[in-house]
Amino acid sequence: MGRGSLARFLLGRLVGLVVTLLVASVIIYGALFLAPGDPATLLSGGHGTPSLLAAINREYHLSDPFPVRFWYWLVGLLHGNFGTSFTYRQSVGSLLISRAEPTLFLIVYASILILTVGIGLGICAGLTGRLGSAITFVTSVGLGTPSFVAAIGLVTLFAVKLRWFPVFGSGSGFFDQLWHLTLPAVALALSWTAFVAQLTKAAVRQELDSEHVDTARSRGLRHTLVVRRHVVRNAMIPITTVSGLTVAGLVAGDVVVEQAFGIGGIGSFLVQAVTDKDFAVVQAISLLMVAIFVIVNSGVDVINGLLDPRIRQTHSA
Amino acid sequence: MSMAGPTEIVTLPAVVRARRGRIDPLMVMCLLVIGAIVLVAILAPLVAPDNPDTINILSSNQGTSGSHLLGTDSLGRDLLSRLIWGARLSLLGPALIVVAATSLGTALAITTAWIGGAFDAAVARVLDILFAFPGLIFALLAVAMFGPGLWAPVVALAIAYLPYIARVLRSTALRERNLPYVSALYVGGLTSWRICWRHILPNIMPFVVVQAALSFGSALIDLSALSYLGLGIQPPKAEWGLMVSDGQSSILNGSPAESLYAGAMIVVVVVAFNLLADRLAASVHSRGSQR
Repeated sequence: MGRGSLARFLLGRLVGLVVTLLVASVIIYGALFLAPGDPATLLSGGHGTPSLLAAINREYHLSDPFPVRFWYWLVGLLHGNFGTSFTYRQSVGSLLISRAEPTLFLIVYASILILTVGIGLGICAGLTGRLGSAITFVTSVGLGTPSFVAAIGLVTLFAVKLRWFPVFGSGSGFFDQLWHLTLPAVALALSWTAFVAQLTKAAVRQELDSEHVDTARSRGLRHTLVVRRHVVRNAMIPITTVSGLTVAGLVAGDVVVEQAFGIGGIGSFLVQAVTDKDFAVVQAISLLMVAIFVIVNSGVDVINGLLDPRIRQTHSA
Repeated sequence: MSMAGPTEIVTLPAVVRARRGRIDPLMVMCLLVIGAIVLVAILAPLVAPDNPDTINILSSNQGTSGSHLLGTDSLGRDLLSRLIWGARLSLLGPALIVVAATSLGTALAITTAWIGGAFDAAVARVLDILFAFPGLIFALLAVAMFGPGLWAPVVALAIAYLPYIARVLRSTALRERNLPYVSALYVGGLTSWRICWRHILPNIMPFVVVQAALSFGSALIDLSALSYLGLGIQPPKAEWGLMVSDGQSSILNGSPAESLYAGAMIVVVVVAFNLLADRLAASVHSRGSQR
């Protein structure tokens, strides 16, 4: 495998990424015209005056043919112009930036919980017998618990009964945010933690049965060393592979959790926009979420390809 | 898994009996739980103790009592009756999604595996693009276009689940297509249509059922989440996700019953379907490796 094939692999992934993003943006943009009703009225949020409708028509080039309109929209996007929310009479970009902080905080917080608790539980379950079955039972229930149901349970117990955490809001300042976003992060992380734990457990069990671990044992290496170097290290490979899927889950789950805890981030903004029929905002946030998901997935693909040349080969073939 | 030898048709009753003819107790339990809830949903008018829509403000947020076994909600409606009637809408949506996504996914999987070549590659590219949309985001976009309710989310989620199901089943169908008996049937003069639908389809059916059971759980989670957000089933109808959000304001007043019971129903059904899918998959694969 020479340098040329690596370049070809990276280039192929990049082209795939751009094509997928382009088609996804056509779908999201086209949704405006597939929806029943007049596009200008939709963009105005249903309460447009004739002069506003005329202004929207001009801004979105609605009298031009579809490819031209799409081109203007796409060029605008690439220049950071996400359109105008006519419900708020403000540019969508500035509305999003003002709401980005709690969302990012929540997603990073949840990701840390998923990685530490999920992998930790999975390794425990993989290495032990009876504790393993208990963990498997708990993770099965965790996997079947939607984030909003988890939110209700956590609020009932920890916010209303024990009063350890606030019921809603996102707080200000790092520690206040940490305190406010703990329950939301747990609710968001729960099912993915369970998923990662089950996956890790299966991978650990598989590695324990493998021949290279037998060899390491027969060489007389200490148990902890065998587990750390030979079992856990190899068991991490499937975890990186599913991290793309996990990001999709977090991005979609964030919408629900923000709404459940009254957090004024991008997720609850999307729900509000769908309810208000604020179409420009819906398009911008959907595209943002799809883009994050696609970029992370391509990144995971590339990392896997760099780590394991076999994956590179099957993709470029 | 050896490719030689006669293919054994893996029928569903055989799968439930699992290895060495033993009945898998966990699988039976899941089937019983699911069966019981579906039966209660169908028989709702007979089993529900009360009218789920009768509002009685004077008896709001009551606890368990003789006249209301699980108490009442904030409008004084009988919770048990609402949970029972709610099972209908809560299960109908996911069932529609699963039927649509698995039947279309199976058809796509078999045709792409059979025809192969450019057709297969083209379908794979289209599915790749659908993969880019997380199900819930696709559903939210559909609701923004067509308004809230049952249908927009159901159609959107069916489309969003399609690529996952089609991709898994395509590789199963491809493995089946390359078995010697398929070539034998082809040489024997059977039409492609007949081989696909009379021979390949029945043989991959257990894998289809595993996919259907798996996606039922996710469909219930996604659909009830949409209702919870106020973008799916609309009040005053009874649906579990909607009940979780209806009861949320009462939690602060110390009566979390409605939200917790409705949430528990969702968890029970999802866990039952997930475990069922898990056991079915293990059983299907163990029979596959016995070949």
